[in-house]
Amino acid sequence: MGSAKTSMGRRSFLKTMAMGGGGLMVGFSWMSALASDSDIENLPDEMFDINAYIQIAPDGTVTILSPNPEIGQNVKTSMPLIVAEELDVDWEQVKVEQAPLNTSKYTRQLAGGSQSIRQGWDSLRMAGATARYLLVAAAAKKWGVNVNNLSTADGVITNKNTGDTIGYGEVASEAVNIPVPEEVPLKNPDDFKLIGKYIKNVDGKEIVTGKPLFGLDFTREGMAIAMIKHPPSFGMKMKSFDATEAKSMPGIYDVFTINTSIGEPQWSDVNAFHELVVVTGETTWQVKKAKDALKVEWETTGDLENSADHTRKLREAITDRTGEVQRKDGTPETVAESAARVVERTYTAPFLAHNTLEPMNFFADVSSDRAELIGPIQTPEQLRGSASQLLGIPESNIMVDMTRMGGGFGRRLYGNFGLEAAAISKKIGGPVKLIYTREDDMTQGTYRPAYAINYKASLDDNGNLQSFQAKGAGIPSSPLFANRYPAGAVDHYSSENVGVETNITTGAWRAPRSNFTAAAEQSFIDELAEVAGKDPIDFRLELFDRAMKNPVGEDNDYDAERYAGVLKLVREKSNWDKEMPGVYRGVAAYYCHNSYVAQVVDLVKDGDSHRIQKVWCAVDCGIVVNREGAINQVEGGIVDGLGHALYSRLTFDNGTPDQDNFNDYRLIRNPEAPQEIEVFFVDSDVHPTGLGEPPLPPVMAAMANALYKATGQRYYNQPLMVAEQEMATRES
Amino acid sequence: MAAFTLTINNEKHEVDVTPDTPLLWVLRDHLNMPGTKFGCGIAQCGACTVHLDGNAIRSCSLPVSAVGDSEVTTIEGLSEEGDHPVQQAWLEHDVPQCGYCQAGQIMSAAALLKQNPDPSDEEIESAMSGNLCRCGTYLRIRKAIKTAAKS
Repeated sequence: MGSAKTSMGRRSFLKTMAMGGGGLMVGFSWMSALASDSDIENLPDEMFDINAYIQIAPDGTVTILSPNPEIGQNVKTSMPLIVAEELDVDWEQVKVEQAPLNTSKYTRQLAGGSQSIRQGWDSLRMAGATARYLLVAAAAKKWGVNVNNLSTADGVITNKNTGDTIGYGEVASEAVNIPVPEEVPLKNPDDFKLIGKYIKNVDGKEIVTGKPLFGLDFTREGMAIAMIKHPPSFGMKMKSFDATEAKSMPGIYDVFTINTSIGEPQWSDVNAFHELVVVTGETTWQVKKAKDALKVEWETTGDLENSADHTRKLREAITDRTGEVQRKDGTPETVAESAARVVERTYTAPFLAHNTLEPMNFFADVSSDRAELIGPIQTPEQLRGSASQLLGIPESNIMVDMTRMGGGFGRRLYGNFGLEAAAISKKIGGPVKLIYTREDDMTQGTYRPAYAINYKASLDDNGNLQSFQAKGAGIPSSPLFANRYPAGAVDHYSSENVGVETNITTGAWRAPRSNFTAAAEQSFIDELAEVAGKDPIDFRLELFDRAMKNPVGEDNDYDAERYAGVLKLVREKSNWDKEMPGVYRGVAAYYCHNSYVAQVVDLVKDGDSHRIQKVWCAVDCGIVVNREGAINQVEGGIVDGLGHALYSRLTFDNGTPDQDNFNDYRLIRNPEAPQEIEVFFVDSDVHPTGLGEPPLPPVMAAMANALYKATGQRYYNQPLMVAEQEMATRES
Repeated sequence: MAAFTLTINNEKHEVDVTPDTPLLWVLRDHLNMPGTKFGCGIAQCGACTVHLDGNAIRSCSLPVSAVGDSEVTTIEGLSEEGDHPVQQAWLEHDVPQCGYCQAGQIMSAAALLKQNPDPSDEEIESAMSGNLCRCGTYLRIRKAIKTAAKS
């Protein structure tokens, strides 16, 4: 049995208090003991604390509040599950509720970076274990026996000597008077009853019966509906508008403008369009029609960018511009000049929209000195801070509630829609729900940047990697990670970044940067293995072997043994070494967001085309908390990665997105998803890490590599299924 | 504005709206039935799927004036206790991630099974191709439909 300190730093506290009715409440809030990690891309360092809240009623009912926003990553099930494990209660008796934003009770209520489980693990266990300790101590006191004579199971305390039992609810009111100890015992992972099992989504029944869980479902008596009209192009702003017709339409309350600029924007305040025309009215359809009837004049204030220019600028960035060298080992340029074989390739990917299926929306009720903000937001604390600036109301008078979210993928890190709702409510002096149409949502995004990476590598006569040079460009910035594989596994290595300016707003999109670097790097490695005349898994494993035995440099941000581990596991499970006639196979492996994933994609011929027969996936995320939810996340990440690599893109014409709805923005559909996905977890007792993002990036490369086997064509430009606009590549 | 009498989940409802109002917004804004979701407004994502005389249709693109005497069934009325075989199968396979598309998926699946109680893999994929799931739960959706077909 291990133990955990109940106090972990200056901001720690643990307190108990009596509930009305005599139950126990245990609040907890700690800075995480874990250092922040370079892997947490595009997100601030301060986000990784965690907290939760336990209530035990006299009748034994256990309520666990889930502190972090739920965007479909299933933390509303898995975080309370960790608490329940250490508390030692029957999961069937646990009620889970979403906690509101409360920075005095909780910290880091944020969904991002696949960090909720990794950063929450210690704190959540400690919360459950501390509550269990207090309950057992209360029972010991009541019975006048030593705590060592007592055991717990399913929310019941048993005296091992006498067989007497008492429920948690019966001692809860007395537990609040027990002093919190310096340390509490934790379970041995071998004794886990819930963690590692198949636990179903706590909101499952509400979801399948259509209960109002989502922001768009929120309603309040007297609430107005609002829609906004934003400039049609990045690089434009509003000049004037004529609302005569719109205002005369049935059900319309008013048409006016808002401005959501604030003095000190935070990282979450990415937004190109601060000045907006607003229509408010009684019902959604009335407001939508009035919005369509608005006559707005726009003026050009900046560049109106085109995708053709983006492609050219990325090409120039790669070929003509000198970037910032992030890392250099040895002398890769010199080595490449005299090498037996040199391979150079360039990979590209377009802008992507997030396209959460629930469009952006938010409820706000703002008065002169108070504000209530309710809706789907990955960053409730940041929204409150920015709303405080916008409204001139102190944070202590702003309440933020998180609804279940119809998808996040990073879009809801950027809460411009919440600020817009707040500004509208302030203007009308009453409650309002702002609704984006799909077109509003897709054309006012914080898009995945457009990227290009050029790789140049040299091999010796025996097919060993001698040098590896990566040059990344992005609009606005490069996706490369300087210290990732194959850094550390090759003597001569360099990583260089070039940025291209833009006025198109970009931000974190599921597995930021990794969502392209994996695709490019693992496709390139596949081609190198072929040139080297080696099996693609053997070739990768040789490099990991080097990184394990004799690593180059000290800053390599991966564990080569665990990386090789998932490759070996997928090789074994997929029968990689066995000939499979008619099956075209591609492999890839990637490490990001602290977890390791390797995948094999199997394609089979289907008429003139190919279909994905199966994806084999090996994952090392340490201890698996909820196997059901974990497998679901991996399956979803694979389907999402395949879909965006194959089909999706956002292009621009004079600053205007060419795609604004699902008739022209293609997302993967049911018949295109793999016939089967099989997931294998590395058996591990290592601290758990996240799964919302890591399964997505490598499958893009595994797919491209399988397509090469099937078609004889290498695919360098995403989306892979769209006619290639290949940048210059050369081989010497 | 005009008055319409709609039969929804076996109950009559009177609404006074403009004739072009999509059934989706009548359900959500006028009848307090938010289970049917808004996703795209142009019948491309399937989040708003309901049954019209047993057929799966996209309520975002059906004007209320076109409903007439047809019987509308929404996710709220698919079963009394939330125990329709498709709903049960969805829970058994723990299908949802974010959950936003699932009411529409379930309505499409229930309509499919009513018309074709033992669909092939291809028939399932084809019938479900109009319902986007941004989280990528398509494999679980297929399995749940297979399970529901057996029950």
